[in-house]
Amino acid sequence: MNAEVQKEESMVLQKKMIGEHFETLSKAGESGRKVVYTFVPGNLNELILAFDLLPVHPEVNALQSGMRKLSGDYIQEAEKQGHSEDVCTYVKCDIGMLKKGNIGPTGEKLPPPDLLLLSYTGCFTFMKWFELLKQEYGCPVVMLQVPYQAEGKITASQREFVARQLRDVVVPALEQVSGKKLDEDRLKELLASSARAEDDLVYVWESAKHKPSPIDAYFGGVYYIGPIFTAFRGLPSCEAYYRELRREVDYRIAHGMGPTTPEGELRQQKYRIVVEGPPNWTSFRDFWKIFHDEGVVMVASTYTKVGGLYEQGFRHDPARPFETLAEYCLGCYTNRNLPARVDIIAKYVEEYEADGILFNSIKSCNSFSAGQLMMLRELEKRTGKAGAFIESDLVDPRYFSAANIKNRLESYFQMLEAKRQAA
Amino acid sequence: MGTQDIIDRCERIYRDLDFGYVHEWKARTGGKAVGFMPVYVPRELIHAAGILPVGIMGGGDDVEIIRGDAYFQSYICHIPRSTVELGLAGKLDVLDGMLFPAICDVIRNLSGMWQMMFAHKYVRYLDFPQTFNDAGREFYRAEMAELLVDLEALSGIQATPERLNASIALYNANRRALAELYDLRSAEPQRVPTSELYLLLRAGNVLEVSEHTAMLQQYLAAARVSQRPLRDNVRVVASGLFCEQPPLSMVRAMENSGCYIVDDDWVLGARYQLHDTATGANPLGAIVDAYMSDTVATATRYVEGDDKGAFLVEQVRSRHAEGVIFAAASFCDPALLDRPMGQKALADAGIPYTAFTYSENTGQVQVIKEQAGTFADSIKLWGAVA
Repeated sequence: MNAEVQKEESMVLQKKMIGEHFETLSKAGESGRKVVYTFVPGNLNELILAFDLLPVHPEVNALQSGMRKLSGDYIQEAEKQGHSEDVCTYVKCDIGMLKKGNIGPTGEKLPPPDLLLLSYTGCFTFMKWFELLKQEYGCPVVMLQVPYQAEGKITASQREFVARQLRDVVVPALEQVSGKKLDEDRLKELLASSARAEDDLVYVWESAKHKPSPIDAYFGGVYYIGPIFTAFRGLPSCEAYYRELRREVDYRIAHGMGPTTPEGELRQQKYRIVVEGPPNWTSFRDFWKIFHDEGVVMVASTYTKVGGLYEQGFRHDPARPFETLAEYCLGCYTNRNLPARVDIIAKYVEEYEADGILFNSIKSCNSFSAGQLMMLRELEKRTGKAGAFIESDLVDPRYFSAANIKNRLESYFQMLEAKRQAA
Repeated sequence: MGTQDIIDRCERIYRDLDFGYVHEWKARTGGKAVGFMPVYVPRELIHAAGILPVGIMGGGDDVEIIRGDAYFQSYICHIPRSTVELGLAGKLDVLDGMLFPAICDVIRNLSGMWQMMFAHKYVRYLDFPQTFNDAGREFYRAEMAELLVDLEALSGIQATPERLNASIALYNANRRALAELYDLRSAEPQRVPTSELYLLLRAGNVLEVSEHTAMLQQYLAAARVSQRPLRDNVRVVASGLFCEQPPLSMVRAMENSGCYIVDDDWVLGARYQLHDTATGANPLGAIVDAYMSDTVATATRYVEGDDKGAFLVEQVRSRHAEGVIFAAASFCDPALLDRPMGQKALADAGIPYTAFTYSENTGQVQVIKEQAGTFADSIKLWGAVA
């Protein structure tokens, strides 16, 4: 790895945004700001911001702990407390972090929640997670249930169910914790801002259709989704981030450049790959380097859609605030059934002219992983492209076997090469 | 008929992965059959549409997984592998459709796999509300109404209010007979060995409901007069086994370890609601009401308020149990994530517990027997925890 990592303006902007957010969180007790813990997929950021509440996303804290090599200790702490080895390591990392003082990713103490907003999309485990946190914090929980898109489409009944819960349950709970009535005009402003940022993000995703691709839509992509899937969607700073990111992408397209990586610019793009599943966070840079060294660029990924599939046309619509929030929650990637997920990936392979498909099957995440081998078979059949299947974990370092993964991937790249030469 | 004859028949049904009874029932009645995964589906709706509901609980320890493993990653429970194995081997061809209730992410995704693998069959995912308010009620009512339309189309039989009421009455009778069986086991555990109760429950996954109820009543009559000695066993509740089922050998090992299991949560779909469903002018509404306000607080159901674990503590108290055995299928997210909360509630109440994991094809049950036996001994020696 290079000692000096290249930083672009968008990266600097994001770092500043995150730093300021965690600083604000650390001072929540003094400032009297109320704190809402909630999840990333299908989050209600605009609604939270409309009440001037501060959001905290436990899975983001867990992944940050993973990248900072802290998660292993946190997980073991949770297991010492009686949590099973078999379950989601995001949950155990979060519980372990709490038990060890609740120090957040920037080294500052996280405030306890004033409300647990259990808005869970596409993941049953989230429900258990907040039941567990409720016992730890003893604060109120408000539940927003988001039905599963079992038929690959949003039904009127599902939309009405979610919208009604927002009006009847979630808003009153947010009003109570914040002490404010909902200002619907403010909510609409936030939603309109979200839509503008979403336009720019879609532009960034679609830039990967260029050859060479100016972005890495997986390893780089997880940075791109940071602001829009967390505490910033709806804010001017979020719009500014995506404007800047788009400008940088335009620059790289104009100059025939590849994406910025920790190893520098990826110039030689030998293979274009679509990726399904979350990344491994504990060995994130090592994982990325395996692909970088082989000249692999990720042109599309599904993990970066857990908080919304904007490139399929969805935009937050200020004219219909509750219905649009309902559709957003219902439309996230893991809330779609497996046939729909296969369709999405097949379309990526075609539109982004990919050479292959990689599945990173995550021990912790059955929401993503259960059935992935079947998806891979279907995709190989439909696209004629070769697939690779590796297994790792989100934040448990015990389940990342670098040598095994490298061996498998090297064999896979050899297969891609053989296919190319045979073509 | 004595208890042994009944249990022998139940064991034949349990071991019959070709679903001979379902074939025979379809041939006899000309009806359709629809499978459902654990934990809960409203079987009354299926029955009222003239369809035999068939509970599918994986392949147990009698199925060698050959193709099923090629569909799943390493770190996942066993039930989807063996269910896929059964499907690919044609064992489930007798079913005209499959229902996948909202239990966890694995079963959820299995519904999508089924849609792809058996595209010519009826497949439906059933989303159950976790919000127990008016919005949840309306959503659930709409889900059930849609399901009913599908089932009627499948069978060609309209589930009229009369038919729905008749089915509700049959399932109420079945629930009452099961409750009687559980009460008898709790009162006189020597008369109802848990392995027998378990097989009786499993038979209810397959048999037409009235036939199952009659079987339960025959068993109850025979069990009440059976002569079996009361042993100096410890009374325990088994918790966490609601989806992937333990092998029969493990059930026997648990009760041969010095434990009388006096309550449990296996084959939970049959006992998911606590009381009768009302009959009357609005039977669909009554089914919805029963789910919304009269069901057990299991790990697959969100528990509002501050009473997490209260249901388990109450089970222990009402059954005069002395401890809890948490047994969960490996990689079972709902059971394993729920376990620390259950343990906390028990610790607060001064109730001892032990915990282990299994899979449906666990072969080495000696370790489990020893652990359960040690737990029983510790209760005998020291009683409740401080």
